[in-house]
Amino acid sequence: MKTDQATLEIKQDKNYFILFCSGKWTITTIPTIIKQLKIFTQNLHKNNTVYWNLEAMNEFDSAGMLMVLKYVDKCKDLGCETTLSGLNKNQQMMHDLLRQNMTEAYLAPKKSNFLAHIGEKSVYFWKDFIAFLAFLGESTMALFYSFLHPSSIRFRAMVKHIDDSLVGALGIIALTAFLIGVVIAYQSAVQLEKFGANIFIVDMIGISVTRELAPLITAIVVAGRSGSSYTAQIGVMKLTEEIDAMKTMGFDPFRFLVLPRIFALMIALPLLIFFADIVGILGGMIISKIQLNISYSEFISHLRSALDVKHYWVGLIKGPFFAWLIASVGCFRGFQVSRDTESIGYYTTVSVVNAIFLVIACDALFSIILTELKI
Amino acid sequence: MSEVKNMNKNIIEVKNIVTKFGENIVHDGVSFHVKKGEIFGLLGGSGSGKSTILKEIIMLTQPFSGEITVLGHSLSKIGIQETQELRKSWGVLFQSGALFSPLTVEENIAILLKEYSELDAETIKDIVRIKLSMVGLPSSSAKLYPAELSGGMRKRVALARALVMDPKLLFLDEPTSGLDPVGAQEFDKLIVGLRDMMDLTVVMITHDLDSIFTIVDRFVVLGDKKVVIEGKLDSVMKSKDAFVEKFFKGDRARHRIRI
Repeated sequence: MKTDQATLEIKQDKNYFILFCSGKWTITTIPTIIKQLKIFTQNLHKNNTVYWNLEAMNEFDSAGMLMVLKYVDKCKDLGCETTLSGLNKNQQMMHDLLRQNMTEAYLAPKKSNFLAHIGEKSVYFWKDFIAFLAFLGESTMALFYSFLHPSSIRFRAMVKHIDDSLVGALGIIALTAFLIGVVIAYQSAVQLEKFGANIFIVDMIGISVTRELAPLITAIVVAGRSGSSYTAQIGVMKLTEEIDAMKTMGFDPFRFLVLPRIFALMIALPLLIFFADIVGILGGMIISKIQLNISYSEFISHLRSALDVKHYWVGLIKGPFFAWLIASVGCFRGFQVSRDTESIGYYTTVSVVNAIFLVIACDALFSIILTELKI
Repeated sequence: MSEVKNMNKNIIEVKNIVTKFGENIVHDGVSFHVKKGEIFGLLGGSGSGKSTILKEIIMLTQPFSGEITVLGHSLSKIGIQETQELRKSWGVLFQSGALFSPLTVEENIAILLKEYSELDAETIKDIVRIKLSMVGLPSSSAKLYPAELSGGMRKRVALARALVMDPKLLFLDEPTSGLDPVGAQEFDKLIVGLRDMMDLTVVMITHDLDSIFTIVDRFVVLGDKKVVIEGKLDSVMKSKDAFVEKFFKGDRARHRIRI
């Protein structure tokens, strides 16, 4: 008999069973014993008598003792006369401790069906929307308060956020805008060359970049960069109870955290769009020279007549609206972070997805309104 | 267990530990040992490096120099395989619980069983339930997430998680902070009970005077980068060190001694 393994010997004499438990009964050794015990209890009948003998059990842990207890109970439930003997002092102590703590099995949670799931999601979505409206209301109140009391605006925080979201973003905005210009030029060069309408590439690039592409791409990059960082920053402050501390000191989180971020982004985004306009057109200009042999001076002189200044203004005016949406969603989701660290990741993702969707929806709205107004 | 018996009686030996963070020296030659089956307390004021030495013993950080031996393994020479084995043989309770937030209470406690044993799901559930009850939590809390628990409850779940594999060695970082007095008393009782039954060795950082006076067998007091004193309660009480004087002879402690 090996002592580093669990052994269960079952001796039967008509209706009498003796179970000799020996060896080491611990987490690592009991899986085989459990199978043996399951089979044993299945074949047990009412009015059988079961003796458990633990004298030769030289090592045990709580899992091992728990299995003894569990199957002793099972024997009793089956109506067998059951006795447990041969416990040493430590085994008896463990036995008593476990017996004290035997509790009823908890119920598994109900599985919800498909319709209930849709219902729950819809209610959740509706409540989420209402909460966002409430947030917008509160931030608008704070906004009016700031206009009435300009001295309460946190200029220092605002400048810091402008620095973060404007200066820090110049590199990535330059790269994406340039590539967008290149892509547009390449795609249209092939088509326009077929018609011999090479020079119209200037109209194509000038209008599409300034009016639609630069604002949209810039807003998406900023949503990924600044929107997510707003959520994470405010989320961490919520987690460490900094926001509660601020409230108890009478610092309104809207005035101290939300408004500086919204203002900063509303200033930064139009400037970034302006920058993206220039770089995007530059990208198109270089490809026009390579693909269609339009010289830089020719490109620029044609751009003057082709690109009405209104297109440029339309693109720029979208900036503050996009910025307002991105910053509001970013801050709103930050405040929703609950006590566990996992929710920071969750709400940051949600914030970026929401912001990008809202930016595109807002852009579509602009297109419809401006087309109706014939601008 | 037989493996432990064959070893020399010191489960943990810490010799001449020097720890530096940049220019800042935290330990300058710290040595102490923990015997088998005792409840060992790590004491010291804030910034005395209690948590740092604990982190070094459980292999989260490494000392600048010196030698730590745990369960017969020298931590500076230990291999990857041995490290893994050693880590399975101890349980650690972190100060804030450190429960895995995407998992429920039940999953948090069961994760070690699922990864390191071949038990079936039903048995794992039985074990989890009994551990929950042992640390004083109702079985209805099994399906909750850590974020839904109070601070004291999280600590209890973390203890259940530390105990689930029935480790031979248990490290506790301020186990009773954040528990109510009744809970703290039950906690102390559970630790002593497990020690007596299972030959458990417990190393704990604590400031709780109740625990210190009732369950801790031996202490080491750290201060001024060195070991101020190591020994049983009565010998520590005789020390003339400023921290020990303040700690054991302050108003709160004096009150207790009179009782």
